[in-house]
Amino acid sequence: MSIIDNINKLFDHRIRLGIMSILMVNEKVNFKRLKELLEVTDGNLASHIKALEKSEYIVVEKSFIDRKPNTQYGATKLGRAAFKKHIEALENIIKRQMK
Amino acid sequence: MQKDYFKDLSEIKDLMNKSSRFISLSGLSGILAGSYALIGAGIAYLYILPSDVTIDHSANDSMIIYYLIVDLILIAALSIFSAIILTIKRAKSNEEKIWDATTQRLLLNFLIPLVAGGIYILIQAYQQNYSLSPALMLIFYGLALVNASKFTIGNVKYLGYSELILGLICAAFSGYGLYFWALGFGVLHIVYGALMLREEKRQ
Repeated sequence: MSIIDNINKLFDHRIRLGIMSILMVNEKVNFKRLKELLEVTDGNLASHIKALEKSEYIVVEKSFIDRKPNTQYGATKLGRAAFKKHIEALENIIKRQMK
Repeated sequence: MQKDYFKDLSEIKDLMNKSSRFISLSGLSGILAGSYALIGAGIAYLYILPSDVTIDHSANDSMIIYYLIVDLILIAALSIFSAIILTIKRAKSNEEKIWDATTQRLLLNFLIPLVAGGIYILIQAYQQNYSLSPALMLIFYGLALVNASKFTIGNVKYLGYSELILGLICAAFSGYGLYFWALGFGVLHIVYGALMLREEKRQ
């Protein structure tokens, strides 16, 4: 088995990797905050969130604050494990190339 | 190829830091808070507290407590006010947002031990148990700092540990409360502020 197998295709994109990085250290983050941190447009962010949601790496929680919709995102156990594996793979590749 | 993965890792780190850590308080606000505390402690020593403990002061005990509380509130208000002003000023020049989810979590984590401790100290004071108040203030303030330090950059954690240890020592040596209080809230803040200021200048 090659190390490349552990590289997660889903994380091979700057924004998806970014979303996951933020959710690893924050229990719950809302859409607006993600947008602020990643500096992306609504549509762009939404499509990447969808992709992560579909793979069950993140969960979506919809609620209302003062009757305004407030959608929060969080990483699932599966997502956390996948992200960790991906980081380890990145580190391994870099280590190999340094040799 | 290699460069890309390096970039990935550094971006991950950057986002993790940016999303979870609040900009730290400036060194100057630490120095100011420490100075207010020293001045306040000086006022308490010179004008409020009885100079000779052997004389019976029970008659004006409640007045002394009243003045001490006013003194404390003034120190706290001035410290908070300067910290807010300096933080806003710095955030503006760095084009950072101040009131976001991270700040709210920082404040919440800071306030939980502090408010619980404050209420406990007041309950004890109401029952005329003042002797441990300085120690308890240091201990709960230290716990609040350690608790909040998870959301900040810098060495707030070590300031918290120092306050905590000082508070415990203070509890063991009753009668020297004011000195320990001045050391913890005055000197430690100034030392911490000076160290932070040096670091800020270096950057």
